[in-house]
Amino acid sequence: MTFNKVLSDYKDAVYDEKSHTLTLDEKDIFEAVQLSYDEGGEFLLDITITDYLDYIIPQVSRFALVYIIRHKHFKDYIILKSFLSEPKCQSVSHLYKSADWLEREAYDQYGVVFENHPNLSRILNHWQFQGHPLRKDYPITKGQYCTDSLNLMPRMNERLFDMGLVSRDDKGEYSEPSKDLMFINIGPSHPATHGTIRNFCAMDGETVIANVSEIGYLHRGFEKSCENHTYNQIIPYTDRLDYCSATTNNVAFAKTVEEMLDVELPPRAIAVRVLVMELSRIINHLVCLAAQLVDMGALTNYWYLYNPRESSYKFFSKLTGARLTNSYMRIGGMSYDLYEGYEEDLQQIIKEIEDGVGTARSLVEHNRIFHDRTQNVCPISAEDAISFGLSGPNLRASGVNFDMRDKNPYYLYNELDFDVVVGSVGDIYDRIMVRFEEINQSLRIMKQLLGNVPDGKICVDNPAIILPPKQDVYRSIEGTMNQFKLIYEGVKVPAQEYYSSIEATNGELGFYIISNGSGYPHKVKVKAPSFTAMSAYSSMVEGSMLADAVLNLGSINIIAGEMDR
Amino acid sequence: MGVELLGDAVITTRLDDAVNWARESSLWPFVFGTACCAIEFMSTAASKHDISRFGAEVVRFSPRQADLLIVAGTISYKQAPILKQIYDQMPYPKWVISMGACACSGGFYDNYTTLQGIDDIIPVDVYVAGCPPRPESVLDALMMIQKDLHKESLSKDIKKDFVGRLDDV
Repeated sequence: MTFNKVLSDYKDAVYDEKSHTLTLDEKDIFEAVQLSYDEGGEFLLDITITDYLDYIIPQVSRFALVYIIRHKHFKDYIILKSFLSEPKCQSVSHLYKSADWLEREAYDQYGVVFENHPNLSRILNHWQFQGHPLRKDYPITKGQYCTDSLNLMPRMNERLFDMGLVSRDDKGEYSEPSKDLMFINIGPSHPATHGTIRNFCAMDGETVIANVSEIGYLHRGFEKSCENHTYNQIIPYTDRLDYCSATTNNVAFAKTVEEMLDVELPPRAIAVRVLVMELSRIINHLVCLAAQLVDMGALTNYWYLYNPRESSYKFFSKLTGARLTNSYMRIGGMSYDLYEGYEEDLQQIIKEIEDGVGTARSLVEHNRIFHDRTQNVCPISAEDAISFGLSGPNLRASGVNFDMRDKNPYYLYNELDFDVVVGSVGDIYDRIMVRFEEINQSLRIMKQLLGNVPDGKICVDNPAIILPPKQDVYRSIEGTMNQFKLIYEGVKVPAQEYYSSIEATNGELGFYIISNGSGYPHKVKVKAPSFTAMSAYSSMVEGSMLADAVLNLGSINIIAGEMDR
Repeated sequence: MGVELLGDAVITTRLDDAVNWARESSLWPFVFGTACCAIEFMSTAASKHDISRFGAEVVRFSPRQADLLIVAGTISYKQAPILKQIYDQMPYPKWVISMGACACSGGFYDNYTTLQGIDDIIPVDVYVAGCPPRPESVLDALMMIQKDLHKESLSKDIKKDFVGRLDDV
């Protein structure tokens, strides 16, 4: 255990081995976070609030504050939890840069005030929204119309004030900027922002002096919807988080619930999961690179990269029935077995991907224009990347060797042969090249698996989790009852609080689930890699050119479905 | 060239028919893509399905230059005023395709943040079912618009009487 000091210092605190949760007294939590940070817990994964209203087991108070912190060796994490006597606590944004947005989200969704936070305002819901939607007493269908866009000038003034470009008088009014600045909006309706991100820039000529981002345009209430659906009904919602690689999200969610249920998947199921996850990783990188290069004006690459993606869609529709949002996984296994002849199809797809990626890469790799536009543009240092909670290719591009598949191997990854791709500078060039190379590594993994997928079942053998075969449903009363109960009541997960994560395409994708013994979760919180990546965007683009800011947005591969949830 | 080809022949037609014939194969879409459906629109535009076979490949990112609005993806209440502004900025004549379950009805996001169908805000000509719809159905919707636009006439304004939730009444 890496967090020994935190555990030994708080004797009264309760530690739960399975979930790594240390439940502390309210007065100690702020200090405990500080101590964890000093002990190496420099990677803040998530901050969230739990609303225990109507929870099956009565709790000390209604709200609890939860920090999920990963050690800088990346192998271990700790969850620090404390009940709050009133919806108020201390901000930790001075320790972690990622805490800024995470605390804003917790405030927005639960109405818990973080004292000393530099700018505690709504982030996902619109500014005219009344109430806090993830509180248990907020009705799920109570929508509120927004009539006007938010004025970002006050936030911009604060940013300029920090930079010393405007001054503030006694009344809190800001002066005119000392430089002649022009203010422009990039987005939300802009080709590079994919319709869902608004960047408000202060420009000095072509240079971005300051930037503030507004997100939440694709906030679809994932977490609230989860609380109203059974575990298997949540699978289609997870598809639409990172919709470029839907099956990866399915696996992340199903794996967390399976660990809560303490069930072990059959070897065939694990192999199939790894196989489709790696293919998903590839097609996500393909779409990211294709769009990124189009933003740069290199349209040819788009066709080379998109055609193999189209072939992969064909494979996915043969396997799952859907092209994009596959809903392939189930709690305890998956919906269909591999079809006959899948190996030939995959061999063909691998060849097409190699051709497409090889050609596209050869067009840019030694291209002077490409180098000039990407090298040393919008870099982020390893230290900052960790503080902002970046993960996945974005973090590795900055030279940090962290891949969940390597540091915390799950499924087959400790038996498979692959390299973790690491950059050095953390600029746009590195982020693109890391993705190009990761495609090759994923192909390597797929090739090792093809021909070696073990025979056997694809689901766990447990009638409380998996639906019975159709002939039993129609011919026996037990089968009918079993089907009925599983559909209507869902898979029952014993009451607990649990966090688990995998290496998704964009980084560590985690689910923090609180179950209550029924078929419906009490709370589901997603640790979304795109959310923290976007919070680093402002600091990355300030000082660079406007055209580079557009490129940078593509290079960190923000998937709005996952960022806004 | 065309004049030489026709020689002395004279073709008579209604002005409306001639204009609509020209419009039919040069629809310029503005893709208001926010979510998963936008990825499927990328497939529609890519080589295999190739939207340019229908003359609609000139995707515009300025509403002023577009006459077909394709709303591809979930529209939240936060996004709604932006969508309305984009629609208002498009010059007449204009058509709207609502692509996918979310844009049509909110889809399975029946919750506090998702607009339950964009026809609350702007008028819609064709609804495309699916989550997300396959590229073929987007092309089908496009062909429906092409057929439908023959009803347009230069002498009368249509669709200007729509009043949405965000319009000042």
